[in-house]
Amino acid sequence: MQRINVLEYLDEIAARLPDKPAFCGDDLQLCFGTLDRRSRAVGTALALGGFYGEPVVVFMGKGPAAVSAFFGTLRAGCFYVPLDEEMPRHRIELIFGMLRPRAVIYDRSTRAALEGLDFHGTALLYDDLIQTEVDAPALHKIRAKAIDTDPIYVVFTSGSTGKPKGVAACHRSVIDYVENLSAVLRIDEDTIFGNQAPLYVDACLKELFPTLMFGATTWFVPKSYFSFPSKLVEFLNAKRVNTVCWVASAFTMVAALRILDEIRPEYLRTIAFGSEVFPGKQLNAWRKACPQARFLNLYGPTEATGMSCYYELPRDFDGDKVPIGGPFRNTDVFLLDENNARVEAPGLPGEICIRGTCLTLGYYADPERTAQSFTQNPLNTHFDEKIYRTGDLAQYNDVGELMFLSRKDYQIKRAGYRIELGEIESAAHSVEGVHAACCLFDDAKKKIVLCYAGTISRAELNEALKTKLPQYMMPNVTHQLETLPLTPNGKIDRNGLKERYMV
Amino acid sequence: MDELLAILNDLYPDVDFATYDARVDGPLIQSMEMVELITAIEEKFDVEFPPSLMGDPEHFHSAAAIWELIQRLEDE
Repeated sequence: MQRINVLEYLDEIAARLPDKPAFCGDDLQLCFGTLDRRSRAVGTALALGGFYGEPVVVFMGKGPAAVSAFFGTLRAGCFYVPLDEEMPRHRIELIFGMLRPRAVIYDRSTRAALEGLDFHGTALLYDDLIQTEVDAPALHKIRAKAIDTDPIYVVFTSGSTGKPKGVAACHRSVIDYVENLSAVLRIDEDTIFGNQAPLYVDACLKELFPTLMFGATTWFVPKSYFSFPSKLVEFLNAKRVNTVCWVASAFTMVAALRILDEIRPEYLRTIAFGSEVFPGKQLNAWRKACPQARFLNLYGPTEATGMSCYYELPRDFDGDKVPIGGPFRNTDVFLLDENNARVEAPGLPGEICIRGTCLTLGYYADPERTAQSFTQNPLNTHFDEKIYRTGDLAQYNDVGELMFLSRKDYQIKRAGYRIELGEIESAAHSVEGVHAACCLFDDAKKKIVLCYAGTISRAELNEALKTKLPQYMMPNVTHQLETLPLTPNGKIDRNGLKERYMV
Repeated sequence: MDELLAILNDLYPDVDFATYDARVDGPLIQSMEMVELITAIEEKFDVEFPPSLMGDPEHFHSAAAIWELIQRLEDE
């Protein structure tokens, strides 16, 4: 029968492989049986608390426990909102302002941060929740009411106005995405993932749900290994990791620091990368180190649940730019020009548009911004059909594969994170003593440059920004100017600033 | 040491490396900046970092710690 809820995967796998390790971290390993029990305990506790059909914030350190809390919120018929323990207070408060959550699940590592917030709902300690005696009939009653268009999570991404955007996705989209992604990645019961993506971005779906679906195992790679990587490959080998889906910069760093000269990943058979360019030199170093592995480039926006397109590198690939290829099964990806006409000829740019079950529910509590990006398909005037306009420009190559070109706006990618420069500007404007601010991105050096005019010093501004922005959004360079140059139309002269400050 | 400080300030113009210490001030170096930092140091000082040392935050928490490491590599 057709699946309508991701918990069906958990129910089945917990019955079939109760003792197999599911999610493993530094200090905790959860097998499918325990994961299932914990999710039922958390679900029961939430249900007893009267929470249903609403967002539950999971504000916990990264690891297996947080994953079990996600599934627990689903057991209660709620949807989870993962927040990062390192997220600055200002951003969490913006998110809370939009969500108005009545319940937050926290752990010891986030207790102090939670106490500092203006939150008047119910704070639930994870360690207490998992002690709850499971009320199976209550959980069964909740599940009987579930439909596949119910939301499963809200994840927050950068917003150009300074307000993060919460993308809500439903069970049906996640099931569709994960089934088709897993077929391409050839996930099975022997798959051992090495996870890099944070739990508060959609990228981690690639590990979380295939693990449940196939009875695979996910190891969380310690975050510090991605800055100090000599232990990284050792870790992959020790855990027999055979499948990795990382941002390209993680692979690039390992190769650039010559780690692969010293030690080779012995078990990798599937290497998926995405979110940004993988430079040819480093890509080839990985291909040489792992000649047995398949290499796949993935592309997709959070708004279409995860990844929408893939390209598997042929063994003899020697191009300097890796295509994003073509769509996953049951997803349609096409290009539209400025006049909303379909672009089919090779070499002509168009905006990447997506249609299919993968389309998410839009931005949480934000109908205005949802309507801007999720629009009626202009190629169809006969019935209601939504497409998502990504704002990404691409073109077809001579053999009909999609090649990514650039952004239409001021959204950038840095270390795999999607960032709106406008959000950084907005954070700078909100600092007292800043009169004007303009944020630029040096694409060649991957540096965020913030130019501002005002009375505050650069050091003071940086201190203030740290309380408002996550670390990955912090400017690399700030320039204090007398005034910001303007164009004849009275707008800030971005090009002029680029010429002056990005050489 | 001045040459190292110049490299660090090129990467992080707004950080005062005379006092910065990751053990107190929190981690600073992100993955891609580690690549830039190591490449710059290797060029400037004509040393080669053995990959085994790139796994140890102990050597990278402050300018002084990095400087000590460079001197050790120069002696070898």
